[in-house]
Amino acid sequence: MTQPVNNKETTTDIYRRQFLGKTAAAAGLALAPGMILTEVAHARSADQPASDKNRWGLLINTNKCGTGCTACVSACQTENGWGEINKSEPHSKASQKAVWIRKVKLKDKLTGHVQSLPLMCQHCEHPPCVDVCPTGASMKRKDGIVLVDKHICIGCRYCMMACPYKARSFIHEALENQKVHAPRGKGTVESCTMCVHRVDTDGTPACVEACNAEGHQAMYFGDLKDSNSAISVELRNNGGQQLRQDLALNTGVRYQGL
Amino acid sequence: MLSHKTIISTLLSVLLLLPVFAQAGDLMPVVPKAKAKANPDTLCIRDVKDMRKNHMKYILHKRDKTLREGVRTKQDSLAECISCHISKNDKGEYASFGDSKHFCSSCHNFAAVNIDCFDCHNDKPTAASKTGSTIK
Ligand code: SF4
Ligand code: SF4
Repeated sequence: MTQPVNNKETTTDIYRRQFLGKTAAAAGLALAPGMILTEVAHARSADQPASDKNRWGLLINTNKCGTGCTACVSACQTENGWGEINKSEPHSKASQKAVWIRKVKLKDKLTGHVQSLPLMCQHCEHPPCVDVCPTGASMKRKDGIVLVDKHICIGCRYCMMACPYKARSFIHEALENQKVHAPRGKGTVESCTMCVHRVDTDGTPACVEACNAEGHQAMYFGDLKDSNSAISVELRNNGGQQLRQDLALNTGVRYQGL
Repeated sequence: MLSHKTIISTLLSVLLLLPVFAQAGDLMPVVPKAKAKANPDTLCIRDVKDMRKNHMKYILHKRDKTLREGVRTKQDSLAECISCHISKNDKGEYASFGDSKHFCSSCHNFAAVNIDCFDCHNDKPTAASKTGSTIK
């Protein structure tokens, strides 16, 4: 199987690692040999649950996002096995198939200014999809990542109606060849997972990696609760808007340049 | 000397039992062997009898731990189970779920117990997995 589009480390990633290294070293001096200060590290071991000490988020600079570039979309498809690369929904129209992330073009009618941005699940702090779900399948992890528990999703699609960002999709037909880390199947709803399998192993979402590899550097991924993370620093210095801020959902995905 | 009655009844019972003996091979499912023997190093896993009886409880517990809490240990991970309990069919390809050569199917087909795990989960190992094992 092919590797994800690229394996280059992102600036965010490097930043996080350097930051980690420095703090860990500084902490190491103060501690007795052999003691590990677990609070310092971002990386948690596989047996530790996600914690509300983190809130994972994305920041997208629409001025840097390339018009016509779809690197993030392709990377997501490759990573999570939806779209073109999984051909097992033969009876569904393109408009019926799952879309985890899509490029949206905005045009200001007055000035003619065109903007391009990727749109995916905004990982709301107060997610309407979770509010309306009758089974508890729509859920938010402690670290802010919103997921569908397909084990108990009944496919009622209430969440799709409730989501203001049209971020969710329903799978109409039996699938084959799903990715091992991204189970998906008929009769359930799905959306962007913020590459939760990568986040859990201290990685970066595939879309962010791909955007950096293309040289656009339009996306940041990081911990919104860590005031030293690249994303927090960037938000503090240059701001970042929520889409439909009026809905007060406190989204985990922010945009610059709108 | 044996009575006619005894002879007839003995003959009858032998005749009646014949089909049962002929089918004795089908009375137990043929379960493919795992790639690794259960031992602490390969993390695999528990006592066979325990697993036969309780595997569904273990993986049910783990699925919630993983999906809802992000706990991604290898113990009781479905991908890990499948990666070890993988077997090839007569064509030499990895058997899909439903094929009696697939580890899960070998018993579930026999017991006529339907599962929907593989509607969503990959039923074969792929090298694509970062979190699951890579099987060549
Ligand atoms: S963007 Fe939509 S799917 Fe995502 S958390 Fe918000 S309401 Fe739910
Ligand atoms: S489709 Fe599934 S996740 Fe969405 S509201 Fe219904 S049960 Fe919940």
